[in-house]
Amino acid sequence: MKPTQHTMQFAIASALAFSSALFVTGCKPKNLVATAQTSGAAEKVYVAPGKHDEFYNIVSGGFSGNVSVYGLPSGRLFRQIPVFSQYPECGWGYTEETKPMLNTSHGQLPWDDSHHITLSVTKGQHDGRWAFVNSNNTPRVARISFKTFRTEEIIELPNSAGNHSSPFLTENTEYAVAGTRFAVPYADEGANPDVPLNTYKGNFKSTISFIKIDPQTGRMSVAFQVMLPGIDVDLARGGKGKSHDWFFFSCYNSEQAHTLLEVNASAKDKDLITCVNWKKCEEYAKAGKGRKSKTQYAHNVYDEGTHTGTSTIETEVTVLDPKELKDIVYFMPCPKSPHGCDTDPTGEYIVGSGKLAAVIPVFSFDKVQKAIADKTFDGDYEGIPVLKYEAVLHGEVKKPGLGPLHTEFDDKGFAYTSFFVSSEIVKWDPKTLQVVDRVPTYYSVGHLCVPGGPTTKPWGKYVIAYNKITKDRYLPTGPELTQSAQLIDISGDKMKILLDFPTVGEPHYAEAIPASLIEPNSTKFFKIEDNKHPQATKSEKDARVERNGNQVHVFMTAIRSHFAPDNIEGVQQGDEVYFHVTNLEQDWDVPHGFVIKGSKAAELLIMPGETQTLKWTADRVGITPFYCTDFCSALHQEMQGYLRVSPTGSTTPVKFSLGDTAAK
Amino acid sequence: MNTTQLTPLFAAVALSLALTQCGDSSKPQAAAPADAAAPVAGQSAVQDKDSKPDIPKIAVGSKDHTTLVAALKAAEYLDVVSNAGPFTVFAPTNAAFDKLPKGTVETLVKPENKDKLRNILEYHVAVSTFKPEMLRDGMSLGMANGDNIKVSNKDGKIVINDSATIIATVPASNGIVHVVDGVLLPPSK
Repeated sequence: MKPTQHTMQFAIASALAFSSALFVTGCKPKNLVATAQTSGAAEKVYVAPGKHDEFYNIVSGGFSGNVSVYGLPSGRLFRQIPVFSQYPECGWGYTEETKPMLNTSHGQLPWDDSHHITLSVTKGQHDGRWAFVNSNNTPRVARISFKTFRTEEIIELPNSAGNHSSPFLTENTEYAVAGTRFAVPYADEGANPDVPLNTYKGNFKSTISFIKIDPQTGRMSVAFQVMLPGIDVDLARGGKGKSHDWFFFSCYNSEQAHTLLEVNASAKDKDLITCVNWKKCEEYAKAGKGRKSKTQYAHNVYDEGTHTGTSTIETEVTVLDPKELKDIVYFMPCPKSPHGCDTDPTGEYIVGSGKLAAVIPVFSFDKVQKAIADKTFDGDYEGIPVLKYEAVLHGEVKKPGLGPLHTEFDDKGFAYTSFFVSSEIVKWDPKTLQVVDRVPTYYSVGHLCVPGGPTTKPWGKYVIAYNKITKDRYLPTGPELTQSAQLIDISGDKMKILLDFPTVGEPHYAEAIPASLIEPNSTKFFKIEDNKHPQATKSEKDARVERNGNQVHVFMTAIRSHFAPDNIEGVQQGDEVYFHVTNLEQDWDVPHGFVIKGSKAAELLIMPGETQTLKWTADRVGITPFYCTDFCSALHQEMQGYLRVSPTGSTTPVKFSLGDTAAK
Repeated sequence: MNTTQLTPLFAAVALSLALTQCGDSSKPQAAAPADAAAPVAGQSAVQDKDSKPDIPKIAVGSKDHTTLVAALKAAEYLDVVSNAGPFTVFAPTNAAFDKLPKGTVETLVKPENKDKLRNILEYHVAVSTFKPEMLRDGMSLGMANGDNIKVSNKDGKIVINDSATIIATVPASNGIVHVVDGVLLPPSK
């Protein structure tokens, strides 16, 4: 017994020792280890208080309709830029000046779904001037200025539905493209668009619009559209260098299914990449070879001089038909429902990512040119030549992962492809087609972004994964969880995850650009002397109230810490009151807000030197307060006023004042 | 009683001690990889007892699919099939694997055969949900490995590649599992 007891005690002691060993290896040291291990990562993402990030990360806001601005490597969110959705924080789409920006051929729309960011380029390199972003639901492309970080222009796309393969750019920002995810019948050909859905084949067409960008002002206009068979145009990239004249679009649903696409658009082994010679298209359009299509689409421009948006309805677009203009469009077969279609920095390789494919095909631009010259065709698809797969293929990356979606490039000649199904980013060599590294993402990555990744001069350093699923990665917030980005260091041979950070809306595509290309040009305030707003009030002595029928116009100024006027009488029930508020400050970071009780719009948020207008209806008799909503100063809480509403037909005269304390 | 007999018991005690003392037992306490802070555990390690079970949970919960689960683990594919999918998984039973020549499974799960094993497993997975009524006679389905399977309807039963019959169907949160009585072997190239 004794020896057994001894043995047992020994065993218990051993077990305890073992347990503490486990404790040591599995627990406490884990913290130590984690500290040591994470400290490397922490150092790489830590941006000390007051210091600036190295990159701007311009991220599509997905179903928020906005664009978000982050810093990298910190992952700090600086700002949301409202684009396609009303945004109450700054009154976007609520103020009289910004309402026209959301106008479309359907009228003013409150929401859309922004998907892809493209930053302007010169000679294929970031120039830090503009960001472009598409709306997916009601097809539009917007241009954001990097001086003001505001949406300056939105153009609607005619003959389009589901503007997904957009707004990618040609190498010198000559054009932004916009291809249709949904084929629809053209309504302009004298044909009745009211057709049975089962006549998809034949009746439904897709289009790719080329939006001309003015090189100085950035102003957009729809130059021409290329009409395609009814396939789903998904994503796109412009050529670079030798492929400068070309644009490449991934297209799925070559089956032309109109129901249960999940199954019916996945039947064929190969779909299509559409190669468009946009230079040729440009020549034909200029030579009048296009058909003039009667249509309607809105073109909205925000003028920073008048601080006002205007909306114009355009009525015509030029349509080019590749069945007639034989050398503008060629198809390349691409395995299994291609999603991403990306061109490498040299312009030689075109990478197609078939969502359901077990390989990544890499096409050679030189081979594409040769196949076109030699007419190495594999028949045609609805009258448009299909290039022979083997003739245009540089090679396939074999078994790279499951569910390839998008590819970006770094500064060392490597490609990075996101894999949704196998939740990973895979690094590979476009020349040798060998996989060199892979890193898991948490979870189910969609788009990815290397700073400068789509340009001719990638900045490299990081790849950011934009994940579709977060599940347990953050503190839960009910059924609706935050969306997620992951910053991964690609400076060494092995990719290393550095940081998770949440994003606004579902992040689709994003770009990152060195802060040095943007930061020095950022507008601090608007000069009051340059304010050309027709209702601007440039000094307090001009502040006034004018009645015009049942409209009352309040010409108001705001400066720390009062409005002029701040006492208004003579407004009658039922009057439409327009508050034209000019912020007289000429100082960095001193916006003023304005709102009045019962407002059915959002607040005004008026930048220094700017004028914005809130329309308000006096719906009841009584005294109505208004106040400044932005904490502008020590006496912000004193920045308030009263408006008196009298009954309709009242004889109370229009009266306004500031600082008038005489009893009446 | 001797120490060799006791060791597993004490190890278990020790492990539970270690787990308790590590704190949050509701979270997967996966070890950090050597070069980063993120846990190595993927989506299959997400702790969620409330949601409808996904494909790996269904497979793990089935006593007839221990071989398949072992194979998925060996291929490091449990995370893949816990993805949003949606997937159609043709899940061979243990008996189906037993029909293979002796030693086949043991060979496949060896690390050096991981690519081969993955190829076979991918041949059992289609990305999209194919309900039984959608599996029509003569249909060809593209599988995750890039090859196709052939569907036939025989005597009211759905047969894949003339060799595996669907004997049960279980809907999953991220797709559908068709239990089959044969292992599908990709066409040799």
